[in-house]
Amino acid sequence: MPPQLKTLIPLFILFILAFLIARHFLVPDSFGKEGHYRFESVEDNKEMPMFYAGNEACAECHDKAAEMEYDMHADLTCETCHGPGMAHYENPDNKLIMPRDRSFCGLCHASNNTRKYKLAQVDLEEHNPGMKCVECHNPHLPWEIAE
Amino acid sequence: MQEHFQYLYEMLTQVQGYIYPNEIDLQWGLLIVLYPYITGLVAGAFILASLERVFNVKVLKPTYELALLTALAFLLVATMPLISHLGHPERFYEIMITPHADSAMAIFGFVYLWYLMVVLLLEIWFDYRREIVIWSRQEKGLKKWLYKILTLGVTDLSPRTLRWDEKIGYFVTVVGIPSAFLLHGYVGFIFGSVKANPWWSTVLMPVIFLFSAMVSGIALVLVIYMGVSYLRRKKIDMKALDTIAKYLFYILILDFTLEGLDQVHRIYEAEESFEILSLLVHGPLFLTFFIFQIFLGTIIPLVSLGILQLYKPGEMARRTIYFISSILVLFGIFFMRWNVVIGGQLFSKSFYGFTDYKIRLAGSEGLLWSMVWIILPFLILAFLLWLLPPWKKAEAKSI
Repeated sequence: MPPQLKTLIPLFILFILAFLIARHFLVPDSFGKEGHYRFESVEDNKEMPMFYAGNEACAECHDKAAEMEYDMHADLTCETCHGPGMAHYENPDNKLIMPRDRSFCGLCHASNNTRKYKLAQVDLEEHNPGMKCVECHNPHLPWEIAE
Repeated sequence: MQEHFQYLYEMLTQVQGYIYPNEIDLQWGLLIVLYPYITGLVAGAFILASLERVFNVKVLKPTYELALLTALAFLLVATMPLISHLGHPERFYEIMITPHADSAMAIFGFVYLWYLMVVLLLEIWFDYRREIVIWSRQEKGLKKWLYKILTLGVTDLSPRTLRWDEKIGYFVTVVGIPSAFLLHGYVGFIFGSVKANPWWSTVLMPVIFLFSAMVSGIALVLVIYMGVSYLRRKKIDMKALDTIAKYLFYILILDFTLEGLDQVHRIYEAEESFEILSLLVHGPLFLTFFIFQIFLGTIIPLVSLGILQLYKPGEMARRTIYFISSILVLFGIFFMRWNVVIGGQLFSKSFYGFTDYKIRLAGSEGLLWSMVWIILPFLILAFLLWLLPPWKKAEAKSI
């Protein structure tokens, strides 16, 4: 055997062995228990702060959540407009946002040719300029127009 | 959390058309542009070196070792942009110790390791072993010890052992060619296999990446060879330079043809994504695609190198044209990577809108940090040229 290989082959074997030994110590104990991940990471994730509470949590106190079932915004979650609600759910003194600006409604409803046609769209500059959308439209029941 | 929402609402009013909220911010920025760019330079430089060794293009001898050392210097930095892009760079090794067989990126770690350990380091070692042994006897101080370590204890310089150096070195180079193809083809595969992205998802992607890698690697070695000769105040071997430029020209034709074929195919198929892709290249990517990549980076070098195949002006003029063409090719290939990586994230998967990308100056994803990864390989190369100077190999041969 060439002298080069007499040195290189043991060196490569040593390298692979060192890799396997390092791997043995570096792979976390719970890795692979339930899948290709560190199972204990589930516990770590559980400890992370939660920001969203979900519609059911809102419905525990707010009847209004139920009325939304019958109108165009029925598919939206409360937190889509009011922001993450867990802090409010845990302590009602933490107020949620109540967006009332035209520009907020415009995020979905400002005229934009690229939007799906099913989505109601208005030209914010022409449609009752200066007025707030919520003066006429109840955001929970948008087709219930105020007189 | 509320501020994040405020920020999101503000951003949503600044995009073009309709995009999903999670598409506003690009996940892959400048660092991920550098990853295929630097890896491509490695593969290209290695393939240029193998032209001399395996395909017996002896006229390229003056650039053989230089190309190998260039490939090594850039390979050592190739993964750095990826690692510094991670949220937790200190966990980089986890991809190697618990690789998922379904993850293209995880397997890249092993492709990289194979190329580094089995191909490049071995080829350089076998090529330099005789000189390393001689230098370990001649040099003094730190250098002597460095050479002693590099011999790995194999100090036999008998003709039989030297013949083994030649034979095994040749074998490693032969194995190295498909490995270099694999290395960069694989980077193309990482993008080409993202079936959700119509700008990336094409089976031609690995092939295009490979040819653009060859083009950029050859251009880099040409520039470095000219730069090193200038710094050493040595005359450039014009035969070698003409031959490198000839190969650069040929492979640039192939690269341009393949990229053209990809686009023609895309235009003719005109799938549902075609309209947004057409808006993409004529809008946000117009400057980087048509002007930087195609006009400056491909057509001008192609025409100027093409003219030199038919008409040979004086050495000075040729050198200048080769140098400028190579710099333009390097510039163009950088923007080819840019157009792939950044372009693929600028349009919404709804096909109805665009987001925008602005490079930050500071921070781990910023311009300054990226400059470090571009400059570092040149510093490593300077060290390698100090340690293993190709021009001193000839002197060592006479001993």
